[in-house]
Amino acid sequence: MKKKGQILIFVVIIAASMGSLKVLAAAGAACGSFLSEDGLTKGECKEAYVNAKDKASLQRGAQVYMNYCLGCHSLKYARYKKVSEDLEIPLSMFQENLMFGDQKMGDLIQIGMDPKESKEWFGNAPPDLTLEAGLRGPDWIYTYLTSFYIDESRPLGVNNKVYENVGMPHVLIDMQGTPRSVCKQIPAFADNGGIKQDPLTGEQLTEEKCGFLQVDNGTGEMSPQQFDQTMLDLTNFLAYMTDPLKVERETIGTYVLLYLFIFTMLSYLLYREFKKDLH
Amino acid sequence: MVTKLMNWFDDRLPLTATIERHLTKYPAPINMNIWYLAGVLLVVVLVIQLASGIWLLMNYEPTAEGAFASIQYIMRDVKYGYIIRYMHTTGASAFFALIFLHMFRGMMYGSYQKPRELLWVLGWITYFLLCALGFTGYVLPWGQMSFWAAQVIMSLFGSIPYIGEDLLTWIRGDYLISGITLNRLFAFHVVLLPLALIAVVFVHILALHEVGSNNPDGVDVKKFKDADGVPLDTKPFFPYDVMHDLYAIGVFLIFFVAIMFFYPDGGGYVIEYVNYEAADNLKTPEHIVPSWYYTPYYAMLRAVTFPLFGLTAKFLGFVVMAAGIAIFVALPWLDRSPVKSIRYKGIYSKFFLALFVISFLALGYLGAVPSTPARTIAAQIFTVCYFAYFLLMPIYSKYETCKPVPDRVQLG
Repeated sequence: MKKKGQILIFVVIIAASMGSLKVLAAAGAACGSFLSEDGLTKGECKEAYVNAKDKASLQRGAQVYMNYCLGCHSLKYARYKKVSEDLEIPLSMFQENLMFGDQKMGDLIQIGMDPKESKEWFGNAPPDLTLEAGLRGPDWIYTYLTSFYIDESRPLGVNNKVYENVGMPHVLIDMQGTPRSVCKQIPAFADNGGIKQDPLTGEQLTEEKCGFLQVDNGTGEMSPQQFDQTMLDLTNFLAYMTDPLKVERETIGTYVLLYLFIFTMLSYLLYREFKKDLH
Repeated sequence: MVTKLMNWFDDRLPLTATIERHLTKYPAPINMNIWYLAGVLLVVVLVIQLASGIWLLMNYEPTAEGAFASIQYIMRDVKYGYIIRYMHTTGASAFFALIFLHMFRGMMYGSYQKPRELLWVLGWITYFLLCALGFTGYVLPWGQMSFWAAQVIMSLFGSIPYIGEDLLTWIRGDYLISGITLNRLFAFHVVLLPLALIAVVFVHILALHEVGSNNPDGVDVKKFKDADGVPLDTKPFFPYDVMHDLYAIGVFLIFFVAIMFFYPDGGGYVIEYVNYEAADNLKTPEHIVPSWYYTPYYAMLRAVTFPLFGLTAKFLGFVVMAAGIAIFVALPWLDRSPVKSIRYKGIYSKFFLALFVISFLALGYLGAVPSTPARTIAAQIFTVCYFAYFLLMPIYSKYETCKPVPDRVQLG
């Protein structure tokens, strides 16, 4: 009876601690003034489906990164060779298409830009992105990449919903087309969660809300769906960059756990045998 | 052959006697419960930390220029380096989780009472050393959170009246947190503090084996002995406790490994996300949060918002925070209860212990979230409750009615 009481206290204290950690983890994760597609939530990031095992997606992401991002953003903690091995891109193909200049395969992925000069150009030196997905989370990156819009008041003519007044130009504007921040009529919601209706006609009421993102039709090289997928690939690639050994780690972890389950079971059986002496 | 070898050693060293005294024949009370596992698991974690620490040291570079990159070198280029590092980071959190449970066990069953006062004080020293190890170790990756946490903690010394500023410069070795500061924290983290920790843990265990383990009933098992002088309500450590602990270590490692391999960030608590950015002394992170195991004390620091007697609020907060850690050491002399275990103590002791646990957890939460006026008031209330457990103890433990303590341990 007493023993059960002690175990109960133990479990309650552990659960309370874990619970408060869980509450804390749920808070935060802000995406600036980003408005969700249905106009109901503001500042919440879109969910990015990252999958470290999807090699095709990672390869496409690497291609976009090396061609559009690497001009300014280094990956200075990672090496070319590791990327080509992990992403299963053949050496010659990698060297021809993804490496520019005279780097060697074993080199760290550096850039030639002088941070002092780039600080003058953009207001801030473009950060290294090796660990960006760890710092901000993949959801943030994906939402950020898809949240540029035309804003003539900014020096480079573009702004971002997630990162207000960001110094970065919209590098992928040709790919995406011209994105604008627009106003839309959306269904008005009553306090009880239902859609507001006109009491006489029964027609659904709408209200105007601003801050939606819309790409001008036919201005981009890609369709909105294609662009979205490309940004997911790029996000996936950056998530891989932060945690390149995730797949290997989880494979080893599974074996270790399997071993420990067997070890614990056997040690329990042994303990049970010895315990018989005591009572 | 083996006997001969052992005899050769025994003539020159008390080998068999030591093994019997401290391992095989150590009498452990038969009614020990789940709370008694934290101690042996702490030893396991200590070994994990020492082993992984040595291997990390082989590739870590203790300079402001190279530290952050060398961590990434370990994570990416060193074969299985990420396993070593995650072992060490998970181990740090496990260390604190277990020592909190271990200390709570002692408070619950009166393990600090006579004759175990010194044992408790030694344990408190290991807790203090662990806090210092956690802080110095946290600075070494030289990420944003490392740098700014060091900035905040070190600046506390600067709040000491008169000598503060000079003391701060002396401790930092520079006019701001720099590579010089990193170097000295590194030296403390890898040499001085672990050496001291091992020594104190060793003496802690020696003292434990001298006075014997307490038990959930808080009764003296040495009162009733059999013909050989072995206490009746005990069992030899080998094989009974060894087998039991082996099983417990297995269960513990399953949780440990699950975090290490599958959730190494621990949701931002084992490794904070802000630390994915290299230290930058020109860019302050939005919220500076200490590691989860310091948040109760961080909440105390922030709870003191008013100057008093000509002393600044910051200095007073520092004093309250330090007192929050230090006050545990006084416990053996604050408790005036005739009984040890909470099972036989009166209602006030139970109430105040529960209040202490709630305050500690609440402060832990409040220290991790950004402060608001309402949260500051809550932190002040819980800080008072936290200290009430200790400071009112001489009164409530003396004047409450306790239940009669049985002569022998109770099973079932």
